[in-house]
Amino acid sequence: MARLNVNPTRMELSSLKKKLASAQRGHKLLKDKRDELMRQFMNLIKENKQLRSEVEEGIREANRYMAVAGSVMQREVLETALLLPKQEVELEVTEKNVMSVYIPVFSPKYRTADTDDIYSYGTAFTSVDLDGAISALSDIFPKMIRLAEIEKACQLMADEIEKTRRRVNALEHIMIPDYQETIKYITMKLSENERSTTTSLMKVKDMVLKQSHNFT
Amino acid sequence: MSELCKTAVIGDSASVSGFAALGLSVFRETDGDKISRLITRLASNGFGVIYITEPAAALAAETIKKYRSRRLPAIVLIPAIEGNTGEGMRGLHEAVEKAVGSDILN
Repeated sequence: MARLNVNPTRMELSSLKKKLASAQRGHKLLKDKRDELMRQFMNLIKENKQLRSEVEEGIREANRYMAVAGSVMQREVLETALLLPKQEVELEVTEKNVMSVYIPVFSPKYRTADTDDIYSYGTAFTSVDLDGAISALSDIFPKMIRLAEIEKACQLMADEIEKTRRRVNALEHIMIPDYQETIKYITMKLSENERSTTTSLMKVKDMVLKQSHNFT
Repeated sequence: MSELCKTAVIGDSASVSGFAALGLSVFRETDGDKISRLITRLASNGFGVIYITEPAAALAAETIKKYRSRRLPAIVLIPAIEGNTGEGMRGLHEAVEKAVGSDILN
């Protein structure tokens, strides 16, 4: 452990003691923060994993329909059918504060009141598989929004946990031992000074006594 | 605080066309540089969520990484029409490894 480069004075000693106390307090708080973040992160990550498999499954389903639709319809017809969507979705973003990590929360706002109003084409010239693909996508869409939310939350929390862990470690293994070492050094130095003052005083006293009274 | 934001889907035409019907903004792009530029442009133009197919994401990995620690946009990988590459799940494992120190999923 490295001792801090300070003068061994009482003033330094008292300021170091204050610093040590706040470092210890900060260490405890950060440790609590890390533990709580970790607990929430573990819950989120479980949900995230589950949700991701569901979304991937849903999209695979939709893609299967889409592949069939693409093979029975002409590409241009398919593109044209989807050219002008009826529905429009916007996300309202609010913030949630989880242990001072600000994570976004999305809630969808649809343009038309009927959220099933998604077929932007007549059924005469399009394959039924296209309907299937779009309905499958529409079914999975709320989960996709939740997935976006939760993945972002996981990423942000992972960052924060890493940062907090570094801080906890820095306090625990470097700052606090350094302070303790320096405090010990100053205390030793001060008491050494005190002893040396006492001895020289005794010596002087002896000399003075000897001179005035011829004491031995 | 609340704001409205839009949702985008990036990928090859066959994989993303369907999303147009749901009212999402669809961008058919398969060139790496163009995808990177597109993501940057979308991020600064009020897009809150960007879904991107796994093959397209692989071409613009650097740009996507840059937005990982930002609050918005959330960039989410989805499987393309060719099938699932597992890249999206890998992102999850990376987050766990970062937070915990080792990959404890599985």
